[in-house]
Amino acid sequence: MQTELTKQEKMPFSNADLRSWAVVALAAIIWFILYNVIEPFANWLAYGLLALPQDSQLGQSLAFFFYDVPKLLLLLSGMIFLISLVQTFIDAQKVRAMVEKRGEGVGNLMAAFFGAVTPFCSCSSVPLFIGFVQAGIPLGITLTFLITSPLISEVAFVLLIGMFGWKIALLYLISGTTIGMISGLILGRMKLERYVEGFVYDIKPRSGVQIALEEKLTWVDRINRSAESAREIVSKVWLYVIVGIAIGAGIHGFVPENALTGIMGKDAWWSVPVSVLIGIPLYSNPAGIIPIVSALLDKGASLGTVLAFMMSVIALSLPEMIILRRVLKPQLIAIFIGVIAAAIIITGYLFNILI
Amino acid sequence: MLTIKVLGSGCANCKKLEAITRQVIDQMDVQADVIKVTEYPDIMAYNVMSTPGLVINEKVVSMGRIPSAAEITTWLANAVETESYI
Repeated sequence: MQTELTKQEKMPFSNADLRSWAVVALAAIIWFILYNVIEPFANWLAYGLLALPQDSQLGQSLAFFFYDVPKLLLLLSGMIFLISLVQTFIDAQKVRAMVEKRGEGVGNLMAAFFGAVTPFCSCSSVPLFIGFVQAGIPLGITLTFLITSPLISEVAFVLLIGMFGWKIALLYLISGTTIGMISGLILGRMKLERYVEGFVYDIKPRSGVQIALEEKLTWVDRINRSAESAREIVSKVWLYVIVGIAIGAGIHGFVPENALTGIMGKDAWWSVPVSVLIGIPLYSNPAGIIPIVSALLDKGASLGTVLAFMMSVIALSLPEMIILRRVLKPQLIAIFIGVIAAAIIITGYLFNILI
Repeated sequence: MLTIKVLGSGCANCKKLEAITRQVIDQMDVQADVIKVTEYPDIMAYNVMSTPGLVINEKVVSMGRIPSAAEITTWLANAVETESYI
């Protein structure tokens, strides 16, 4: 037993780890094969099995649907697995420890970065907020984290890759992180501490509490957890993806070309703020909104307007604000929404001008 | 008698964790009190920033995820063993 342990400590991978990696490799091969056969399969399904003519509207829509749904679901499961694997190395405690020592600026940058890569169930926002404040992390940096975390969603990122390609997905990542960073910097300068509910500062850690988390995760643990979280996320969003694509296909087929140019195009200067305002109270799973976004783009809406709308839908929502109300006074909530909305609007304009 | 606390404001994951924990307790046939801790100051007393959290005899064993039944079984078994020494 003793020798086995020392052996394991010396080698970065144990036998069990290797077995897990072998399963991952096999899954990757199957994934790759599937990814390459879905297009011919979708065409066969639409034009062969259902015998729809190749040039018909219905045939094309169905072929598109049969191709897009499995493609996006495959991309989601594969990418979310990889992202989750990275995430097993990060947790709230570590993020706090790293951000704790930094001042404004660098602290905001790090908070934005970690906010982007760490997912949090919105029910964790309040414990996170209290935990950061307790550690003496400035309010602005804490808010940067709270803004970026929901704004950058890994599901949205993967779907953007699948539907629009790497460039737009990266654009979303970079602009989202920047919005979180700058909004936090501005909020930090506004001296808003008095609008934080008083009880937050009064909470004291209980004495005699031990934290006994198993710090040493093996690769088997990491792989199992990532597979589990990929399975969970895909099982949560697959229906949104299908419904979203169906609605998108509907818009694609039945709304006339350029129908939206007038109201959501580049020349309609008011369309960015209006889209953001509409998006604030709304909440949709990112999986449901992106296929619709894609259809809007098709019909002449401009990229900046559409991205701004998407970000305001996923970053700001009524349920999230109700949760944050437990720790933030209404004044701070209002300022919080205002600053983020302004940042998103500016980003929308920037894209409309630049692209 | 073990004291088990499920930390979380009542979201879906917290309920799931509580259900799994109760199942494991039934299967193992151990004596345990399961307490739901839903108030933020009480959750933060355990320094848990991502919910759901699981506390066995005042020891935080998991946070920010739903552990598997196998993991919970191990933790409970360990806690029972530690308790029998006292």
